[in-house]
Amino acid sequence: MSSIMQYNGAAIIAMAGKDCIAIASDKRYGIRNQTMGCQMKKIFQVGDKTFVGLTGLATDMQTLDQKFRFRSNMYRLREEREMSTEAFANMVTSLLYEHRFGPYFCEPIVAGLGGEDGKSPFLCGMDLLGAQVRTEDFMVGGDCTEALYGLCESMYRPDLGPDELFEVIAQCLLSGVDRDCLAGWGCVVHVLTPEGVTTRDLKGRMD
Amino acid sequence: MSCTEPLRLSAAPKAGVRGPHERRFNPYDHNGGTVLAVAGTNFAIVAGDTRMSSGFNILSRNQSKLLQLTATTVLATGGFRGDVSTLQKLLKAKLVEYEHKHGEPMKVHAIAQMLANTLYGRRFFPYYTWNILSGMDENGVGCVYSYDPVGNYERVRVNVTGSGEPLIQPLLDNQFERQHQQLASKPPPLSVGQDLAEATAIVKDAFYSAGERDIYTGDTMEVCVITKDGVKLESFELNVD
Amino acid sequence: MLPSSAPLHEALGLGGFNFDNTRRNQVLGAQGVAAPRVKKTGTTIVGVVYKDGVVLGADTRATEGETVCDKNCEKIHYIADNIWCCGAGTSADTEATTQLVSSQIELHRLATGKAPRTITALTMLKRKLFQYQGNISAALVLGGFDCNGPSLYTVYPHGSTDSLPYVTMGSGSLAAMAVFEAEYKDAMSVEEAKALVQAAIMSGINNDLGSGGSVDMLVINKDGNTVLRNVVRPNERKFRKAGGYSFPKGTAKVLTQTFTPLSSLPIDVTTTRSPAAMEVG
Repeated sequence: MSSIMQYNGAAIIAMAGKDCIAIASDKRYGIRNQTMGCQMKKIFQVGDKTFVGLTGLATDMQTLDQKFRFRSNMYRLREEREMSTEAFANMVTSLLYEHRFGPYFCEPIVAGLGGEDGKSPFLCGMDLLGAQVRTEDFMVGGDCTEALYGLCESMYRPDLGPDELFEVIAQCLLSGVDRDCLAGWGCVVHVLTPEGVTTRDLKGRMD
Repeated sequence: MSCTEPLRLSAAPKAGVRGPHERRFNPYDHNGGTVLAVAGTNFAIVAGDTRMSSGFNILSRNQSKLLQLTATTVLATGGFRGDVSTLQKLLKAKLVEYEHKHGEPMKVHAIAQMLANTLYGRRFFPYYTWNILSGMDENGVGCVYSYDPVGNYERVRVNVTGSGEPLIQPLLDNQFERQHQQLASKPPPLSVGQDLAEATAIVKDAFYSAGERDIYTGDTMEVCVITKDGVKLESFELNVD
Repeated sequence: MLPSSAPLHEALGLGGFNFDNTRRNQVLGAQGVAAPRVKKTGTTIVGVVYKDGVVLGADTRATEGETVCDKNCEKIHYIADNIWCCGAGTSADTEATTQLVSSQIELHRLATGKAPRTITALTMLKRKLFQYQGNISAALVLGGFDCNGPSLYTVYPHGSTDSLPYVTMGSGSLAAMAVFEAEYKDAMSVEEAKALVQAAIMSGINNDLGSGGSVDMLVINKDGNTVLRNVVRPNERKFRKAGGYSFPKGTAKVLTQTFTPLSSLPIDVTTTRSPAAMEVG
């Protein structure tokens, strides 16, 4: 039987641009090969400048989203400031590693803007035990990571503006999920700039 | 479990009962590597890396996966090296025999069918090989035939197979099949729209991308450009890690 | 019945592992669900003692199955200024274990007011790994310089340790050890030791598919440590398509588009920290 990570199916990409980041996911909700819905939320905004994309088992994705929201809200109340994206990523790591011997079947991708000026891209991927991979270009997750890696390696260019970054991440995700039965059925792309978030729904193959 | 059997409370095997015992012989290995081909309007490109590996070890850094069969056909093969070599020898012998018998080299569509028959001939002990055959068709258009190990084949615009397949295939779909690009022009029916220079650049880029992420693709990439005048081979250094 | 211990742990800040999902995951495992892949550092890590100190070395590739998931990760972890630790095995385990020991060592340093000793870090690591009976899969090379001079150890996932003048760990350990066995000399100079470590790591990078990327090194001696990150980068990408792939605006078909300006919470740190604001909660 296949891995539990492929039970529901998902694909997520995050990319860094010049003073902006983009994070995109597919919208399929499935149970193994059966598609149940095509409006599933897999990217969650926590705080102003932090997004977390979750792939893996849907029940754990939603549980983790609630835990993340709880913790970042408590932080905001206690500290009276937003959690930085880096602090959030470290919190996610410690939460996941706490469950080292009974893990959540979930691989998060954290993306946001941070740094001194509040507009430096921050990207971080994790495995289900919370081992971080920090990159300055792109991060992929889900059950067609090879396809996404191949596309991003070729198509990604540094220092893209928000609109160019959107077109690149859109092509990477749309083409990446085509040959994966477990992801697809439409895509959503969020582009975060210091001004705000642009969210676009894309037309994708519905098969 | 048969329905007459009483409900068992433990999953432990019953005492004294031994299941059937089977010893297996596994004659196959997977030696990694990637091959791909692109059919252009008046050319074809075949490419492959030269790394041969087993597990986490590199067995050779300079083992070509490409074989020129006739003046304008090239066969690219990945999979288990023992079967690749055997298949290549067999095909070469068949081509020589054909040429002696008919006084002309075999045409690419005939080679394609012959290869399919050869592979299907071993339906129950297959050659563990993934083949891509490429050449020029009667109209001077590049052609690519893609195979599975037991001889199912089809003519396609582009194909990639081997350990880098999942990384490269979506890039080819996007760039050569022009999928998801509503502003781009669609490719011609049997070939890709790009010219030779552009297509070669994309093929090279795809290999270097795969080399970055796939541990089994590396060392050197060979690129064969097939035109009506023959085959030209070029090599490029990939990463060696 | 006691309530679930998780909120209590969180409230008291006790930490430790949480086993809430363990039973569920066991049931899934019993149903034949395959275990998910985790990030591993396939890895070549090495260490060598020279005349006045220790040189540690590591490659920078992290893999998930047969795919490279990090081309330039850091495998030489900080324990203290004079003690560092290379990690191989499950990435999360090496990272978390070294971080934990690092903070314990720091507390110990503050409590005792003395520079930490390598043997202390070694004992903490081996006790932790032995306690978990190999379930924490961290294979480590620990190097340090303290009042007893340089020392170099390996720690295996089950908690056994070795003290040797030159050591290697990870999937590239044989390739690296081959270099050490051929070239190692007692009482080398720092330059000789660095060249030897670099050659050993390069051997792992080139001959082991689980290792790759660049060479990281670290020198520890009586004067402190020198981090030599990416001293050699032999595997930079050699070709990129000229001009890249350009997609004019409008290439992807957009169904809906919304823009949400950032809320920029109206919190002024200087005023909200005043006692009046604090009383609200």
